Amino acid sequence: MPLDNAPESKRKFNVVGTRPLRPDGIDKVTGRARFGADASAPGQLVGRILRSPHAHAIIKKIDTSKAEKLAGVKAVITRDDFPDHTGGSGGLYDTLCNVMAREKAFYEGHAVAAVAATSASIARAALKLIKVDYEVLPHVTDVDEAMKPNAPLLHKDMFTDGVDPKPKKPSNVARRFEFGHGDVEEGFKKADIIVERSFKTEAAHQGYIEPHAALASMGPDGSAELWCCTQGHYMVRDVCSQLLGIDIARLRVTQSEIGGGFGGKTTVFIEPVALALARKANRPVKVVMTREEVFKASGPTASTSIDIKIGVTKDGMITAADGTFRYQGGPFQGCSPAEFGGMSAFAQFHLDNVRAVAYDVVANRPKTISYRAPGAPMANFAVESVIEELAHKLGMAPIDFRIKNAAREGTKSSYGPTYGPIGLGATLEAAKNHPHFKAPLGPNQGRGMAAGFWFNFGGQSCVTLNIPIDGSITVSVGSPDIGGSRASMCMMVAEELGIGYDQVRAIIADTSSLGYNDVTDGSRTTFATGMACILAARDAMKKLCARAAATWGIPEDAVTWEKGYAKPAGANAGNFAPLSLKEIAAASPGTGGPIAGHHEYSADGAGVSFATHICDVEIDPETGRSQIVRYTVIQDAGKAVHPSYVEGQFQGGAVQGIGWALNEEYIYGKDGRLQNAGFLDYRIPVCSDLPMIDTQILEIPNPGHPYGVRGVGETSIVPPLAAIANAVADATGVRFTQIPLSPPRVLKGIEEAKKAGGKKAA
Amino acid sequence: MARVVLWGSLKPHTGGKLEVDIEARNVGELLARLGETYPGLQNQIKRGVSVSIDGLIYREGWLEPLRPDSEVFLLPRMTGG
Amino acid sequence: MSGITVNTKINGDPVEFICEADETLLDVLRNRLGLTGAKEGCSTGDCGACSVTVDGRLTCSCLVLGAEAEGHNIGTIEGMAHGESLHPLQSKFLEHAALQCGICTPGILVAAKSLLEKNPDPTETEIRFGLAGNLCRCTGYDKIVRAVQDAAKEMRSGKSAKSKATAKKRA
Repeated sequence: MPLDNAPESKRKFNVVGTRPLRPDGIDKVTGRARFGADASAPGQLVGRILRSPHAHAIIKKIDTSKAEKLAGVKAVITRDDFPDHTGGSGGLYDTLCNVMAREKAFYEGHAVAAVAATSASIARAALKLIKVDYEVLPHVTDVDEAMKPNAPLLHKDMFTDGVDPKPKKPSNVARRFEFGHGDVEEGFKKADIIVERSFKTEAAHQGYIEPHAALASMGPDGSAELWCCTQGHYMVRDVCSQLLGIDIARLRVTQSEIGGGFGGKTTVFIEPVALALARKANRPVKVVMTREEVFKASGPTASTSIDIKIGVTKDGMITAADGTFRYQGGPFQGCSPAEFGGMSAFAQFHLDNVRAVAYDVVANRPKTISYRAPGAPMANFAVESVIEELAHKLGMAPIDFRIKNAAREGTKSSYGPTYGPIGLGATLEAAKNHPHFKAPLGPNQGRGMAAGFWFNFGGQSCVTLNIPIDGSITVSVGSPDIGGSRASMCMMVAEELGIGYDQVRAIIADTSSLGYNDVTDGSRTTFATGMACILAARDAMKKLCARAAATWGIPEDAVTWEKGYAKPAGANAGNFAPLSLKEIAAASPGTGGPIAGHHEYSADGAGVSFATHICDVEIDPETGRSQIVRYTVIQDAGKAVHPSYVEGQFQGGAVQGIGWALNEEYIYGKDGRLQNAGFLDYRIPVCSDLPMIDTQILEIPNPGHPYGVRGVGETSIVPPLAAIANAVADATGVRFTQIPLSPPRVLKGIEEAKKAGGKKAA
Repeated sequence: MARVVLWGSLKPHTGGKLEVDIEARNVGELLARLGETYPGLQNQIKRGVSVSIDGLIYREGWLEPLRPDSEVFLLPRMTGG
Repeated sequence: MSGITVNTKINGDPVEFICEADETLLDVLRNRLGLTGAKEGCSTGDCGACSVTVDGRLTCSCLVLGAEAEGHNIGTIEGMAHGESLHPLQSKFLEHAALQCGICTPGILVAAKSLLEKNPDPTETEIRFGLAGNLCRCTGYDKIVRAVQDAAKEMRSGKSAKSKATAKKRA
């Protein structure tokens, strides 16, 4: 029985690559599926959080006495209920400061107190009775403003890391990163044409439709249970127990169905608060964020300011690429994905001279958290805009310019390592040959494209597979299923065992039932947890073969597994009729007891991912409104396990990118308060905004996976910002360097260009 | 002996060197020796790093072997959405 | 605090409940009646996750007070399937993979059913505008639109006439 991990690129699949119905589907179309806010517990209280109205303020005193006296109030908590168990510094301490403000409120919406009461109306009334004495401080929300020497300081002890010599004065710049190789100054000397531009992108929110929700229960002995919507319930368990100072094993976290995450549910916000309230009240407490709280107090992505300079020779070879990336990540260091912006910005090119300098900047905004390919879309927007402009200056088709300079196997990537087999060239060639690329454009329409990159990774997974006496199979996984991964897990187990998809069911186990699993992020689940499923199935297969061997009285290695049957391996093994999975399972009580397969490991070898997007946009010259009229996503999936859900990832990521490019932005007033904390004013794309999103799945097997699978979840949000900006430039003749490309901004750009009498950058 | 390439802004911690040679058989030993040899790197290693070996990125993988001819890069710890 | 007694019909069944004056219909459905299929995504009528029908009219249940349900017929996602048979929209959503996380799915199904009752043969544009009040962040809507088109086609065919008849008989 081969147990090697080599990719089987020529392998014929029976289940993988088909499109079966998902196992959780009926619950989700009938309203039965239980999401975060859908659970309740006997005697449960309603928990609500009081939040800072100020962008930056010292919290001098919190008086909770009146709230505590209100009938129906069972617990009121503040910073005093969160003694520091973290050692007073580092990422965990920052998380503690974020879930409940300590000395200072760092942004509008920062939690300062919480109550648990017998009803929502009593809880609301109690919040109004809490008196907080603030000393309001000057604030800063813009990334460029925050970097100025005279900017209001968030932390007196923040000295930029990664600068030589170490700065003498504190600043809002937490860290400096530098990546690259070669000599960019020398490279620019060889260039015939150089384009240099500055860009800005606003913060976008992941915009999951399900607000954060948690139902906590905790006894005086420290034993606790938590039900919540999260991308990683083991992460929630570990972080909450450390913040509350209890043994990790005492906290059991059950993951509800999750109503979208996109990176936004890879940390904790309300979960430790719900537990602390439950501990104090000694009753279950349910905390559910409002939409306003989601916008103001969960984690959007970074806002950025980026400078790009790229030089080319007359024949279209890039000689040097240089970029400065400033990412604002909220009030704590290490939260903005500045380093990933710097690392990914030029990753789609073969470059001899490249430099990316990235700054992680703090400001008075919510603590940012990952959003699908964190950091990459903004950098890609800047770089691919300059690439398009260079192509026009060269008189070269942008697609040919990209193909000419594309990274390939053996290229030293802009972030260091040398690429193995990658699919970028294939996506570019597929784009060039796509009918979309040749289709005629109508009046006021323009076409743009962009290629994008994301790393992907593996991480820790643990899977158990149980085989009851009828030969059906339960797969317990610990990776929250956000977009249909239970289906792909079942498919891979069925494929491996040579049985039908309908025989396999997957569930998401709670943290006490199964070993640790990393958060569902980094496009890792189908790759890493899927591989653990495959290896758990192989473990079960070995045990099934052993049972057959024992039944036949032959050595275990004389039995092989084929298409759902144990068979004697060759004529010498003996002449026995094959035993089916069902037969072996039925006999299991008498042949050694229950049969289970298991695998635990840390998966590495996730292949990097590339995508090319093509976009047609039509501009209304009177209003500046952009309408996407056609959109095509071409991406390498390695091997698409369930093609419908791979397409779904491509389409969903592209549309999130469309929203970010055209409408979505965090708008702050001069008072540092968010002015559009609702879906009416923070406008995510609606059905009538969009055309169908065409997809083309390429399958260039990943050598790090037995089926060749690559992660597909994130890369699709990387190219849209640039593809749309390039299409708008094509339609209007105006190069926009700031997103979102909202109607007023586009209209202003068009009108200014008219006045200037030609092309210009806005 | 493995040659590991650091990212640019770590230079202040290694006396200006971007490539350093470390006696290590695997990733775990590499990180331990890096921290011992260049104490200024300890903070970053504690905060989290990934290691790329011959083009594949490892986030945990302390037991991953390093060959003398392996291409090794120290990278920031990977996260995702 | 004095509760208000409300008599209503939900998915055809008579229901009596007591609620506070400031409770929304969504609060009542979810917290008092255990009908958690309607979701709260925004509580301002912007996301459509709480979509129900009131006397056949598509409504955001977060914008209606519980007390206002007095004497009306409320339709929720829980009433969409009949016994073991899924509504064609439900089946087509599964077949077309028109859901990823599934939080918006109940609201979108209620809205799509309401749309097809008024317009059994909608164009793609009509479907897109018909569902414009229901946000989905996962799918990009492509597969949702295709599922609605396919369900509409099936419902217009002989097959659907039969399933409608069954549905009527059961109701």
